[in-house]
Amino acid sequence: MSAWFEIIRDTLKRHEVRLVAYVPDNVLTPLIRAITEDDYFTSFVTTREEEAVGIVAGAWMGGTRGIVLMQTSGFATLPNVLASLAVPFQVPVLMLVSERGTLGEFNLGQALVARTMRPVLDSIAVEHHTISRLDECEFIVDRSVRQAVATQQPACLILSPLLTGGKVFAQ
Amino acid sequence: MSGFSNRPLARAEAKVMGRLDLTKRLVALLRHEEAVVGGIGNTNFDLWAAGRRPQNFYMLGSMGLAVPIAMGVALAQPQRRVVALEGDGSILMQLGCLATAANLKQGNLLIVVMDNGSYQITGGQATATGLGADIVAIARGAGLAQSAWAADEAHFEEMVGQALAEPGPWLIGVRIDMQKPVIQTERDPAQIRDRFMRGLGVKPAWG
Repeated sequence: MSAWFEIIRDTLKRHEVRLVAYVPDNVLTPLIRAITEDDYFTSFVTTREEEAVGIVAGAWMGGTRGIVLMQTSGFATLPNVLASLAVPFQVPVLMLVSERGTLGEFNLGQALVARTMRPVLDSIAVEHHTISRLDECEFIVDRSVRQAVATQQPACLILSPLLTGGKVFAQ
Repeated sequence: MSGFSNRPLARAEAKVMGRLDLTKRLVALLRHEEAVVGGIGNTNFDLWAAGRRPQNFYMLGSMGLAVPIAMGVALAQPQRRVVALEGDGSILMQLGCLATAANLKQGNLLIVVMDNGSYQITGGQATATGLGADIVAIARGAGLAQSAWAADEAHFEEMVGQALAEPGPWLIGVRIDMQKPVIQTERDPAQIRDRFMRGLGVKPAWG
């Protein structure tokens, strides 16, 4: 079976999600590498997650599908842009968040900020799923992209440490 | 890049002009269904007042994101020129996007920053540009080499004409006065987005 990052790359490709804007994250490194090495994608780093959401929203309106890659602390900067741009303008901004703050977190700040993520998503009615098993990865990504596009609403995929191994404190 | 390089004006040397007048001049120079993304507040209201176009996107909220949205449109449609209209308070919130714009080297992107040194819509408090920051210098430092202040109205029109014809990215700084907006944008986000997508040819024409 393919690795989680290969499954995600291939599923995005199948759905023509061509634009990838990211703020780097250690756990996402293999996915970012797989995407940047593939000419199908236009991928680049942004200085801030909110900026990436704006770019992906603009690209959607211009006819290109895109996704924002980030970690949990980056997601915490997004409530304003989601509630004032993506949701009310009905723009299916796709988000992929590498989950920190749980299952072995070593930084209390990360643990606290992570607790804000799902309540924010629920409060603005943004569809979200946590991917924790390799055998469910393709199904969740595939169906979430379909639903986002069909309903013109953003969607957030959360990569659990159960899937990725997460980030652990170097001994 | 004559209009951008031969007048090394500092902010203080640029003429203070009328915001709506400049917006109308900009829109009058659009001949090829260029996309225009209006930031929040007065830049947005003036874009609305200058005449509704299907290629205009009127942002409501998400302060600071007119440039990123314009960058996304420009990435998706490299054959179309895309203009971002921002205020000084807005661009100060998202300065990092100037570095991203420089890195992406988008030939079809024009950023216009309307600077009155003031958070006019919230009561006229001074912004950092009113206290000494120079957006054109910041943009150049971020890597947007083709950035300059407009000396006056004629210079602004010359610069816009050049930016719509030659490879960008471009940034034009304009100093503006404190006039009140004459009208406000209709706040109907889904309709704004739908019309914009049809205006860009992403969805078929209505009817």
